Amino acid sequence: MKGAAYDLLGVTRVYDGRRVLSVRELAVQEGEILAVVGPNGSGKSTLLRLLNFLEPCSAGEITYFGRRIEYPPPLDLRREVTMVFQRPILINGTVRDNLAYPLRLRSLQNRDRVEGLLAQFGLERLASASARKLSVGEYQRVALARALAAFPRVLLLDEPTANLDPYSVALIEGIVQSVRAAGRTTQVLVTHNVFQAKRLADRVVMLLEGDVIEAGNTRHFFDDPRDPRTAAFVRGEMVY
Amino acid sequence: MTFWQSLIDAARLLLTGYPELWRVIGLTMQVTGSALAISAVVGIPVGAAIALSRFPGRHLLVTVLYTGMGLPPVVVGLAVYLFLSRRGPLGGLDWLFTPPAMIVAQAIIAFPLVAGLTIAGLEGVDPDLRLQLRSLGASQAQVVRALLVEARGGVLAALLAGFGGIISEVGAAMLVGGNIAGQTRVLSTAIVLETRQGEFALAVAMGGVLLGLAFGVNALLLGLERRPNWRTGR
Repeated sequence: MKGAAYDLLGVTRVYDGRRVLSVRELAVQEGEILAVVGPNGSGKSTLLRLLNFLEPCSAGEITYFGRRIEYPPPLDLRREVTMVFQRPILINGTVRDNLAYPLRLRSLQNRDRVEGLLAQFGLERLASASARKLSVGEYQRVALARALAAFPRVLLLDEPTANLDPYSVALIEGIVQSVRAAGRTTQVLVTHNVFQAKRLADRVVMLLEGDVIEAGNTRHFFDDPRDPRTAAFVRGEMVY
Repeated sequence: MTFWQSLIDAARLLLTGYPELWRVIGLTMQVTGSALAISAVVGIPVGAAIALSRFPGRHLLVTVLYTGMGLPPVVVGLAVYLFLSRRGPLGGLDWLFTPPAMIVAQAIIAFPLVAGLTIAGLEGVDPDLRLQLRSLGASQAQVVRALLVEARGGVLAALLAGFGGIISEVGAAMLVGGNIAGQTRVLSTAIVLETRQGEFALAVAMGGVLLGLAFGVNALLLGLERRPNWRTGR
């Protein structure tokens, strides 16, 4: 029986006196894909930064695999969680250098793992190419491969397929699904694309102006939403 | 003596291994290398610390550092002279008119250049990268190292500017070194002396060596920057 990867209780985040996130209660189950949807400015990226322990919450508590997190958490714990940012930045070097980077940070042997990732992500012919000369799709694939390199316990994805062509979207979604199938990594996916959330997620959370207005399993979320704003969002209508 | 005659004589002096010339070259390398090493060891971490942190007075500190990039060397030399003179606070060291005094003065001249240009280089790196490196599991020290590698163009410019400031400097070296033959005479101070004495061939030879050294060090550092291992920090 798998437990919760995260339990958030009364978590708020305030910037310059403005509350941008307020989560009364939210759990992320171990091994699942949790999609977080909502319009711009609803607090999705802020939620990911809190889950990545990159910044402290202003109030409330975050429990990670049963352990209450005090900010800043120890480095070994922080290293269990990696994130692909909405606008990822690769380090200046080759594709191979980028994939090896998280492993080097942890002083892990990297040769076989890097070669495996290059093959898995269809990047073999680009292994020695400069990361700064990749197409948008290739760049995003390298960023995802890099985030997975050190076998994270939790993978956070912030709009990983925004601005990508259908081929690249399918490739990245396939990898997300294969990570899900392997069952070792919990994934939290922020997306604007409700269809993507429907295709990939086990559960979906809807944020609006920093508040969780709906959370449930994917089928219920799309077929029988409780909140009329969720229903409108799912239909593709504007939600404020 | 014509200009061309000076050049011919200078080439002859270099080729025949004029001993005083080689002594001066050796001391120049020793003083310049030591001063640059000190200014780099202090200046790069200080520059990184200022670039990557926010604290009250930071803007003023950066302004002071940038002002220091144009510090008149002779004023630095005068200050070091007063500190190291027999009645100065550090007079007990007995460093005045020795290479250590020249190294101290030139490290002070190079420090704002190295720290200031390191700041400028790091501020040119995308600020989001810092957060993303942390997200990949980098410790604070690993973040700083990776950012310095990303900003290597600026860091290299900082080192080259520091080197240029030191090797071309005359005023401070003359004041605190005294231009003593065989002890504190370096290329820049020797050129001044030989020109005053009418030894144009030797002065031109030394000028050529100075230019050659500057070119060699610049070529070496730029070559290092292009090495893939240095690029990726491995």
